[in-house]
Amino acid sequence: MNAEGAKIASSHHLDSLFRADRLPHILCPGCGIGPAMHCFAQAMLESGIPLERHVCVSGIGCTGRVAGYVNVDSYHTTHGRAIPFALGISVVRPDLKVTVFSGDGDLISIGGNHFIHAARRNINLNVICVNNFNYGMTGGQAGPTTPLGAKAATAPYGNAERPFILPYLAAAVGATFVARWTALHVRQLKEAMVRAMKKKGFTFIEVLAPCPTGFGRPNNIGDGLEEMERYRSRCVVNHRAALHELDLDLRRIDQPFVLGNFVDIDRPHFRPPMIEHGPAAEFGRDERSAERGGDGMEGAP
Amino acid sequence: MRTEIQIAGFGGQGIVLTGLLLGKAAALYDGKQAVFTQSYGPEARGGASCANIVISDAPIDFPLVTRPDVLVCMFQEAYAKFRPGLKKGGMLILDSGLVRPSPMDASAPSIFATRLAEELGKKIVANVVMFGYLVGLTRAVSFAAAEKAIASTVKAKTVTLNLKAFASGLDQVRSKAAR
Amino acid sequence: MSSGKRVSGGEHFMVGDHACAEGALAAGLEFFGGYPITPSTEITEHLSRRMPELGASFVQMEDELGSLAAVLGASAAGARSMTATSGPGFSLMMENIGLAAMMEIPCVIVDVMRGSPSTGLPTAVGQSDVMQARWGSHGDYSIVAYCPNSAQECFDLMVKAFNTADEYRIPTLVLMDEVIGHMTERVMIPEAAKIAFSGRKRPVRPPQEAAFLPFKADGDGVPPMAHAGEGYKVHFTGLTHDEKGYPALNAEAHRALVTRLVDKVRLNAAAIVEYEGLHLDDAEVVVVAYGCTSRSARQAVLTAREKGARVGLLRPITLWPFPEDKLRRLLRKGVVKRFVVAEINMGQISREVERLTQIPVLRVNHPGGAMILPEDILEAALS
Repeated sequence: MNAEGAKIASSHHLDSLFRADRLPHILCPGCGIGPAMHCFAQAMLESGIPLERHVCVSGIGCTGRVAGYVNVDSYHTTHGRAIPFALGISVVRPDLKVTVFSGDGDLISIGGNHFIHAARRNINLNVICVNNFNYGMTGGQAGPTTPLGAKAATAPYGNAERPFILPYLAAAVGATFVARWTALHVRQLKEAMVRAMKKKGFTFIEVLAPCPTGFGRPNNIGDGLEEMERYRSRCVVNHRAALHELDLDLRRIDQPFVLGNFVDIDRPHFRPPMIEHGPAAEFGRDERSAERGGDGMEGAP
Repeated sequence: MRTEIQIAGFGGQGIVLTGLLLGKAAALYDGKQAVFTQSYGPEARGGASCANIVISDAPIDFPLVTRPDVLVCMFQEAYAKFRPGLKKGGMLILDSGLVRPSPMDASAPSIFATRLAEELGKKIVANVVMFGYLVGLTRAVSFAAAEKAIASTVKAKTVTLNLKAFASGLDQVRSKAAR
Repeated sequence: MSSGKRVSGGEHFMVGDHACAEGALAAGLEFFGGYPITPSTEITEHLSRRMPELGASFVQMEDELGSLAAVLGASAAGARSMTATSGPGFSLMMENIGLAAMMEIPCVIVDVMRGSPSTGLPTAVGQSDVMQARWGSHGDYSIVAYCPNSAQECFDLMVKAFNTADEYRIPTLVLMDEVIGHMTERVMIPEAAKIAFSGRKRPVRPPQEAAFLPFKADGDGVPPMAHAGEGYKVHFTGLTHDEKGYPALNAEAHRALVTRLVDKVRLNAAAIVEYEGLHLDDAEVVVVAYGCTSRSARQAVLTAREKGARVGLLRPITLWPFPEDKLRRLLRKGVVKRFVVAEINMGQISREVERLTQIPVLRVNHPGGAMILPEDILEAALS
């Protein structure tokens, strides 16, 4: 091997996007979070929005650690609460581009209530959900996306529950952009992220990602490469797929994984009410008294 | 001097507003101390409604009404519920059209507040008619303060009507005194 | 943009909950995230009417977990932010009180206390959240908790709470109770120019000039705060972190951080603590009471004095930090023979008093649902 071939690149075009002093990251070999994070960094660059105006918020879990690696204002919050925390930022600083980057357990299980309500309100927020079908950080327990029958640290006899179909859920509760890609489909994933960043309103991107340690091993899928191979060989892109048919089970070899940008609609995003023409009522007056016989102050809920 | 006044009726009668007017008149326009509280809970919906006012020249420490000096009842159920709590020798005031008192209270001052309000064209100001009667009888607040409280509290377009209602209640005290 | 008046200067006959809301607006409230719950609902309702007039953001959240999370996000982006709740919602907020302490994000949380535990007595008074307020989130951290005993103080202490939260970068609590929240009294609101304002300490140099260490404290233990979108590229985490804000999962980093979080309030207690004393100079019996109970206690003390008994009142206005120094100074004089602690719970602040003294501490407790009567406190004081 000549000297040139052995040279390691001393710089990378995404260097400024990561906190180099925090690397190496904690992620396992074969993990899909790294490629997803790379796509996110690339998408921020291509979004046309200055990096100073990007904010990344995450919750707890392996994916939650992404907020600690990207070199933008970033908040690594409590388990499940990334979305409402991000809502606060987005509402008071509508000029910022706020992305919630977190995992399936964090966003959909413990944070599920916030997820559905943020989508319903159409908060101006991009949610990127890395779905690896289990709780990876704590050692591979079952979660709300674990396929029925799959083995997990808390489901040694096979998961007894039916999982969520995330794009179906997101669309049902009001997301204006819904996509699903995998950690292998980096170009499409990055493009979906750029599209989401250019939209106003609540967007949702599911990123299917290998977790060889937590999910692959107990379910005999093999290493991350093997999981990626399943993504490669079985993925079908269908932007017009019926969302309720998008269920997933990596263990089944007969089932296609349907990917695509399924939803892209526009509806007004949430803004707090503002009264620009005179106060709602004269201050100090019991504005309801005349109509209600003066009992306007009654009725504690 | 600490005076405790309780106004009781049913939800929708304007009981709470009456209490608020009384307290506001004392606290903001008579330079006295006043605390106003109301009953909370399921009973506030359509059932008994109760406004409690403490008026005093000195700072009011304990804020709640325990043994009212004055009890106004605008509903039979309220009379049954609150009458036993009235301080011995305290003043009972009734809406004649809505409360039939027991014989021992037959001589309690009473007016047809609801009927008088209807005569003014708006049944809903019965509470303010009663407010006028209450103020006339007890002098708990000055007339001027009561009128200021009305003018600064009710919807601007209903001030005249409410001041008339107040005067109507007050007149009942004057005419009774004249009799 | 704004069409209303932020500071409603003048005299009002106002319910405690509304006075609290007006205090927050006067203090510059920019974001409210909350979930309606009795007996704090009137705060939320009042703000839903007033904030849109002022160009400030009101959001009714899906629950109290989300409420405080949203408040922290808004505050991290630079907005003065608050929430209001009662016991059941306060319990749900505990995790994010810890996050606020750890990330050092200023916020104000109002808890209008009702009869508890669990759903308890939604419409009736309680004072049983006071220990939860101090210790409710897991781990060691510090908060400040104000405890108003009048509608006027609801206004005044909200202004203070926002200033304290910003000054020390801590969650600051305002512990009202149902009686105080629901009683209407005269409230004097000063003109806007007379509302005290002390904001956050902010980075001195622009982000381009030098690497900013978002968690490097100055001598007072408080680091300057950079907000989202200012170009400092800050990282905030609930994990133990170093001065850069980066996770530092080791005992030394943990010691440095937790010690500082606790010391921010401990070492500044003298500047933070507030209390009111009545007839304490020669008091042989000192009644300790707060919130609505302090009003019964005051009446009891005045009656006792009329009877010639040397009884005094110590009313903590900051329940946390507790006025320990004042208590110790009282004890040092050697005149006090007994404390009487009256509170609407089964004995919470009485533990704090017992911890600080060897002399007898008599408890006057009520589990909730009604105020403690002056007579009951008087009897204990004279016994």
